[in-house]
Amino acid sequence: MAHNAVGRPQASFQRTERSLMQRLSNDRNWLGAAFMVPAAVILIMFLAYPLGKGVWLSFTDAKIGRDGVFIGLENYEWLSDDKIFWLSVFNTLFYTVIASVIKFLVGLYLALLLNEKLPFKSLIRSIVLIPFVVPTVLSAIAFWWIYDSQFSIISWSLKNMGLITENIDFLGNPDNARLSLIFANIWRGVPFIAITLLAGLQTVSPSLYEAATLDGATRWQNFRFVTFPLLTPIIAVVMTFSVLFTFTDFQLVWAMTRGGPVNATHLMATLGYQRAILAGNLGEGAAISTAMIPFLLFAIMVSWFGLQRRKWQQGGSDE
Amino acid sequence: MSDHHNHQDSASVTSGVNDASEGMSYLDGGIRKLIHVYLPLSIIMVVLIFPFYWMVLTSIKPDAQLINMDKFNPFWVVEPTFKHIQKLLFESEYPRWLWNTMYVSVVATALSLFASVFAAYALVRIRFKGAELVGAMIFLAYLVPPSILFIPLATIIQAYGLFDSPMALILVYPTILIPFSTWLLMGYFKTIPYELEECALIDGATRLQILIKIILPLAVPGLISASIFSLTLCWNEFIYALTFLSSTQNKTVPVAIVSEFVDGDIYRWGSLMAGALVGSLPLVILYSFFVEHYVSAMTGAVKE
Repeated sequence: MAHNAVGRPQASFQRTERSLMQRLSNDRNWLGAAFMVPAAVILIMFLAYPLGKGVWLSFTDAKIGRDGVFIGLENYEWLSDDKIFWLSVFNTLFYTVIASVIKFLVGLYLALLLNEKLPFKSLIRSIVLIPFVVPTVLSAIAFWWIYDSQFSIISWSLKNMGLITENIDFLGNPDNARLSLIFANIWRGVPFIAITLLAGLQTVSPSLYEAATLDGATRWQNFRFVTFPLLTPIIAVVMTFSVLFTFTDFQLVWAMTRGGPVNATHLMATLGYQRAILAGNLGEGAAISTAMIPFLLFAIMVSWFGLQRRKWQQGGSDE
Repeated sequence: MSDHHNHQDSASVTSGVNDASEGMSYLDGGIRKLIHVYLPLSIIMVVLIFPFYWMVLTSIKPDAQLINMDKFNPFWVVEPTFKHIQKLLFESEYPRWLWNTMYVSVVATALSLFASVFAAYALVRIRFKGAELVGAMIFLAYLVPPSILFIPLATIIQAYGLFDSPMALILVYPTILIPFSTWLLMGYFKTIPYELEECALIDGATRLQILIKIILPLAVPGLISASIFSLTLCWNEFIYALTFLSSTQNKTVPVAIVSEFVDGDIYRWGSLMAGALVGSLPLVILYSFFVEHYVSAMTGAVKE
C-alpha cells in the first residue's frame, strides 16, 4: 500500500491525497521502506532466495525436471571421494592465487607508471581500460585464436625468431592450458586494478612526498612509508573484488577449454555447471557451488579487516 | 604475504635510484625516464591492446592470408575484405543476437536504475530505522557472485515459467546491477547539500518531488556512470544467459558466439573474430564517449 501511494502520479492534488503524502513524508521509516521496495523485491526474489535455495538443493538429490528429496550430506560425501572435484578445487586455488598475485603486482606497477608525468595521459588511460570494456567471452575467443594449435601467432613469432621449432600446444597440454588461461585472466584483470589503484594514488597529497624528500627519504622509502600505507585500504577492497571474481570465474574457461584437457582447467564454477546443467544433477552441482561459499567468506573477512585498518589510519577509533 | 611481493616488485621499479637527491620526479633525466617509465609502459600497453588488434585484423583478413602465415606477414593485412562481417550480418542470425543483447541490457539497466535511485535516496537521505544495516546488506549482495547462484536460479526461473525468455535475464541481471548502482548513487547523493532539500521541504514539496526535481538533475553524472557501467556488465554477462536461454533466436551475443559459431571449419576464424569484433564495438564506442564517467563508476564504487 505504501508503494502505491508513492508510485501514484502527482497530477491529482486532492486534499486527501495530499495529506496522505504528507503523512508519508513525515514518517521516515514508512517512507524509507516504501522507497526500498523495488530494490528489495528484486534482491530478495533473485538473490537472497536463490542463495538459500542453493544451500538447500545441495542437501537434496534434485535433478533437472524432478524435485529432490532431502538426502543430508550425501552429495558432499560423494564429492569428497571424487578426484575430479578435488582437482577442480586445486585448479581454482591455483588459478586464483597465481592470477591474483600477478594481477596485483602488474596492476600496482602499471598504476605507478601511469601516475608519472606523461604526455597524452588520459588517452593512455583510456587505452589501458580496453581489455576491461571488451566483453570477456569475446576477448576469450580472441585468445582462443591466439592460442590456436596450428595458427597461433605466438608460436609463429617464436618459430621465426628461431626460439622453438614446433608449435606450442597452448590449450591441449594440461600445464600449458592452465598457464594460458591464467595469462588471459591477468590480461583481463590488470586494467581494473591499475585504474582503481591509480585513482587511489592520485588522492595522495604531493606535499607528503615533498616533506618526506626534504627529510631525506629515497624513492623507495617514499613508496614504502608514504604511498603504500595510504593505499592499503583501497588495495584491500580492490583485491577482495579481484580475488572474488577470479575465484568464481567461469566465462574465460568455458569459452576456451570447457574444463579440458582431461579436466585440467575445470574450476569449481565450470564443474558445477557441467554437473548441474549439462548432466542434470542439480543437487550435486549445488553442493559444488555451496562449497565455494567458505572461500568467499574468507576473502570478504580479509577485506573487512583491511577496512578496519583504514579507520585506524584516518584517526578513527578501532572499534 | 602480498605485502612482501609488493615490496620486491616496487623495489625493481625504483632500484635504479638510490640517491636521495634524485627523489623527486621533476629532477629526473630523460634517459632514466625512458628506461623506467616509457619502456615498461609501452610493453604493457602493447600486450593489453594486442588481442583486440588481432581480433580486428583477423576479421578483415581474407581466408588465404589467415592460413598462409609464411607467404603473408601475419601482423598486417593486404587487400582487406569485409566478407566475414558481411556474412555475419546478412547470412547468420547475428543481428538478432545483437538485438537481444541490446534489448536485455537496456531494459535491465533501466529497471535497476529505477530501483537503485529510490534505494540510494532512502539510504542516504531518509535515513529510516535500520538504513545502515540495509546499506551493508546491499554491499554484501554485491559480493555474491553469479557462479554460486545460477543453479538454484535455474530452478526458480523454470518454476516461474521464464525459461528461455529474455524476461529471465531482465529480472536476474538487476541482482548484479542494483547493489553496484545503489552504492555508486549513494556516493553522489551524499555530495548534494542538505540545504537544497530543506528549502524544498519548507516550501511544501514531498520527498518524491524533491527526488525527481532536485536530487536527480544534480546527480546526472552519477546516473550516466551507473547506466554506462550497468550496460557493460549486462553485455558482458555470460553464465546466466548460457543457463537460462536455449533456443537459437533468443541468445545473446556472448552465448551465441560460443555455442553457434564453433564448428570444426578451419576457415571459421574470420567469422568468429568478426562476431567478436561486432559484439565489442558498440561497447567500445560507448566507452570512448564516456571514459570519464566510466572511470568514475569503476573507482567510485570501490572508494566508498
